Amino acid sequence: MRQILEGSQAIAQTIKNINPAVISAYPITPQTHIVEDLAKFKADDKAKYTYVRAESEFAAASIVAGSSATGVRVYTATSSQGILLMTEVLYNIAGMRLPVVLTCANRGVSAPITIWNDHQDAMSIRDAGWIILFAENHQEAVEQHLLAYKVSEQVGLPVMVNVDGFVLTHTYEGVSVPSTNQVKNYLPDYKPAKGAFLDTDNPASFGAFAAPAYYMEIREELHDALVDSQKVLKREYENLKQAIPEVIKQSEKKAQVNNALIEYYGPKNPTTVLVAMGSLVGTVKDAVDEIENNAGLKAKLNINSVGVLKIKTFRPFPEKEVLKIIQKAKFVAVLEKAVSLGATDGPLALDMKATAKNETLAKVQSFIVGLGGKDITKKMIDKILVEIKKPGDKMKFINK
Amino acid sequence: MYQIRIHGRGGQGVVTAAELIAIAAFNDGHESQAFPHFGVERTGAPIQAYARIDDKPIRTREHVYKPDALIVQDPTLIGTVDLAQGCHKDTILIVNSSLPKDQLGINFDLENIYVIDATNIALDILGKNIVNTVILGTLAKINNLISLEGLTKAIKQKFAGKDKSLVEKNIKAVTKAFNS
Repeated sequence: MRQILEGSQAIAQTIKNINPAVISAYPITPQTHIVEDLAKFKADDKAKYTYVRAESEFAAASIVAGSSATGVRVYTATSSQGILLMTEVLYNIAGMRLPVVLTCANRGVSAPITIWNDHQDAMSIRDAGWIILFAENHQEAVEQHLLAYKVSEQVGLPVMVNVDGFVLTHTYEGVSVPSTNQVKNYLPDYKPAKGAFLDTDNPASFGAFAAPAYYMEIREELHDALVDSQKVLKREYENLKQAIPEVIKQSEKKAQVNNALIEYYGPKNPTTVLVAMGSLVGTVKDAVDEIENNAGLKAKLNINSVGVLKIKTFRPFPEKEVLKIIQKAKFVAVLEKAVSLGATDGPLALDMKATAKNETLAKVQSFIVGLGGKDITKKMIDKILVEIKKPGDKMKFINK
Repeated sequence: MYQIRIHGRGGQGVVTAAELIAIAAFNDGHESQAFPHFGVERTGAPIQAYARIDDKPIRTREHVYKPDALIVQDPTLIGTVDLAQGCHKDTILIVNSSLPKDQLGINFDLENIYVIDATNIALDILGKNIVNTVILGTLAKINNLISLEGLTKAIKQKFAGKDKSLVEKNIKAVTKAFNS
């Protein structure tokens, strides 16, 4: 049934219906209504999971890591400073191949202190070995949590679902949350394989010591598993469409391409491609449509054809899918809410440039927007469409 | 797309008002969106919240810069914050005040100004000066954007789990504003 909910509520209801065995979280700022609602479901006897209120995010991550190692489904959520405190454990979770699912309600990091939205927190986990998904809206967040568990438990990799803090977590909009029975149709009870969990009948050790003779091979295996998970992500997204059509049918109807990894919205063979992740994509689509429907503005900005490429799966990076979209473009503007301080480009733009290199003639440029909750307006997007055509490809901060 | 901006002060239920508009519109069969101008919400500080209503899914996340309706919950904000920002000639302004229109001190040009003494209704029915729901009765009355039925249902949904008499009183207050 379609209802109007806050993003946090939609995610909490989805997790409740997925029914993990253990949920652990640290309840203080930076936290969201997600874990508050999940605690309330438990207190009201509407949920069966064990809810462990941890003494810090480090503890919360450790509790879900330990629980997952016993072979049960787990969940946690955090953001900004919270995810930074979890970091050491998050690397371990990936290294131990535990199917943990975490929601990151994206926020900026200190200093200066901020409570507002950007993607800097998620970028701190970029190299940890997690599958990293970004949701544009509530419905996509619901989809991605279902997909996260389904894929995670198959490939033995943790998944982080990113939802923009405040912009999605605190916003009301229409969304369909699948019922417990619908969820079961898609996501059966978790039954870990023999040897994939701590079991006295089948002893195994997790995260054991690896000398130089083995460490590198094990890390290479982890990388390969992450890259290979693209196939499973795509397949399971199609399966989700079949199993619970309600949750997918509201996704962008005019999209030319829509799978678990990317969505492309716009004309075939666009001259310019705007690339973004998360809730920003909605504003970008509206800005592009506005230009398309306004001949005066289109002429003023000297726009030929513009398409919008949404990166839904940031890790593993879907380079083949991305290349298909940008192959014939002349300009690729990458809009992102994070900086790799001191680098030549933003983290997403670095991947985009690497993907484009030697494969297309497109100019790829990095535009940093919306740090620490700065509102991203359609005017800024119009400005970027002008900037991208100017000579040079140096990273630019777009403040207004 | 119809865009609404609400101005008020921390503690006056500005965010709840935006959410109620979105829920009411959703109940009426529209697409809708509501979100606050996220800030550190101290009691008494000027704050804003936004709502959008459309018949197709709403994608944009930018703040409301060109409101079609502007709601001012607290008349002391007139002249202190830039209420006029982005207003056009058809923007509807609803102000909570006991003063007549021409004494409000509004110095920007709007054709459609509605004044409701929401404080009076709130004190009378709710027993305290919380006007956020009351003004929505006026919004429902002015145009067909949200219906009184949709709004009543929204109050029941939003305040589910709270004291039953609170729900009833809010519905009574909204209805009074709608009929006045």
